[in-house]
Amino acid sequence: MDLWAPIAIVLVLGSLPIATGIGDYHLHLLVLMLIWGFVYTSWSVMGRFGLVSLGHGAFMGIGAYGVTLLWNHFGLSPWLGGPIALAVAALFALAIGWPCFRFRITGHYFALVTLAATEIVRLVIVALRDVTGGSLGMTPKTALAEGPVSLSALQFAAKEVWLYIALLAWLGGVLVWRAVDRSMLRYALEAAGQDEDAAASIGVDVTRAKLAITLLSAVMTATGGILYAQYQLYVAPETVSGIGISLQIVFAVIAGGMYVQLGPTVGAVFTLALSESLRVAIGHTIPSLDGLIYGLLLVLFIVYMPKGILGQLLALAERRSLLVFGR
Amino acid sequence: MGAIFDVFLLEAVLNGLLFGGVLALLALGLNLIFGVIDVVWICYAELVMLGMYTVYFLFTVYGVPLLAAFAAAILLVAVLGALLHFLVIRPVLASEPINQLLVTGGVLFFLQAAATVAFGIDFRNLGLSLPSLVIGEIFLPWSRILAALTALTAMLGVWLFLRRSFLGTAIRAISQDRQIMPLMGVDPNRLYLLTSAIGGGLAGLGACLLVLQYDVHPAIGLSFGPITFMICVMGGLGNLVGGFVAAFLFAQFISVGGYFFHVEWGYVMAFVFFVVVMFWRPQGLFAPGGR
Repeated sequence: MDLWAPIAIVLVLGSLPIATGIGDYHLHLLVLMLIWGFVYTSWSVMGRFGLVSLGHGAFMGIGAYGVTLLWNHFGLSPWLGGPIALAVAALFALAIGWPCFRFRITGHYFALVTLAATEIVRLVIVALRDVTGGSLGMTPKTALAEGPVSLSALQFAAKEVWLYIALLAWLGGVLVWRAVDRSMLRYALEAAGQDEDAAASIGVDVTRAKLAITLLSAVMTATGGILYAQYQLYVAPETVSGIGISLQIVFAVIAGGMYVQLGPTVGAVFTLALSESLRVAIGHTIPSLDGLIYGLLLVLFIVYMPKGILGQLLALAERRSLLVFGR
Repeated sequence: MGAIFDVFLLEAVLNGLLFGGVLALLALGLNLIFGVIDVVWICYAELVMLGMYTVYFLFTVYGVPLLAAFAAAILLVAVLGALLHFLVIRPVLASEPINQLLVTGGVLFFLQAAATVAFGIDFRNLGLSLPSLVIGEIFLPWSRILAALTALTAMLGVWLFLRRSFLGTAIRAISQDRQIMPLMGVDPNRLYLLTSAIGGGLAGLGACLLVLQYDVHPAIGLSFGPITFMICVMGGLGNLVGGFVAAFLFAQFISVGGYFFHVEWGYVMAFVFFVVVMFWRPQGLFAPGGR
């Protein structure tokens, strides 16, 4: 189930451009859902163990800006700039994570330290306005002047190409989630989440386990940032870093379901579908109405449906099948 | 050359002190709520934003006298604080602590979007410009001086309320032991509601002082919210005195850092300082040797 469902989704979505005449608008929505689904999955890889980071905007911002800055100012291809950005994100995760876990900063405190971290990244981006364009954001120099495809610059005019890239990344993300779910690391982290001392007493290196999952999650999120920057060909501090994005990540995961494999993806589909359908239904006449409903729904979700949409559905399905087998 | 440099630095330090007073007021409200109810209102600065809008509309559109507009804003935000507790916090009091943090984050989105829907994204200000106090070459805006003095007075008031009054004693007691107080015949829910209203009222007062100095717009909460949390955490969540000192430290980083570099770098340095302090003293700067 947790292996075949994602593969089936990839096959179905991957055949869409060939089988049907899907338009650019719907392709665009699909690509965004997949990229955000990947980012949200990356967050939930660590978030499900009670490591609630409000700082993932930092990693996404480092990925997005790292690759764009290296390309614009040094002409470095994203194939080289990407790994550098990932390394920087990993270092940043290490610098925040190691002392946090070493000194047992958990819960509220961990959330607020990571919140400070994401604001540091956003403010540095804004403050370095001479190289980053500040709040106005920046556009990667185009490599599409000569043709619609530039593999070396990782820029593609056709949305179909991006669908396949996003599908691959997303599949990778949910498979990493599955691998973590089936690993010893999961048991170590669940034990540490319950009681750190007890976990340590049975031989779990708590600091190391937490650091490992944080590094994994940070690098994945930064990858999402790179893909987002290369796809949108525009980055701005508010759209890839800072508190806004960090909270958006956490809330989409909560809405979809934090503890199930495809929950974050459902969160991405749900939030994007919500904002798009509201936009289509009422247009731009009332700005931020989607935010209003979104905020309200989040409160309701956390109060009445903390398992999220998919988590709740799966729990219901399981209860029903138990009833059936019980007879 | 050297003399002028020093004067401007002194001005930055003094402005930082004045800014610290307002930050300390905001931190006090948040800290009080955390200390008593054990919940962090991520949306605290959004309540401040609503208070600022209240003053703006009452004063500039409806022509209400400024002081009456202030009183209305304080009252309104106090009611909002109580409502926030009643409608949002109470249902999740028993669930995981992190849910309480996140649920108020949902409220943050809601209030920010609601303000955008209702008021648009324009920057608005009262159109008042108070003069500056000039001492030699130092210019200190009266709006800041008044704000800092009012904040200090209000903090003194809260302090006396907590120390001297019966209700204040009950609030302090419940923050020390949540389980035992109900056994003493105290209804914690009423105290929580009262504390939320006081916290909201302090946010409303903060709003009155901030609207004198800054333009109000729907995202203004994001410029004050994060620093307020950092201050509270750095002082030790729930530690009122710690928050007070931390507010002035933070304000100095922002003001003096902004003087030497650019104002964003002041914030960056303040946040880095916060992260370093967290690693050095995770329970806050003024924690009595860990818990």
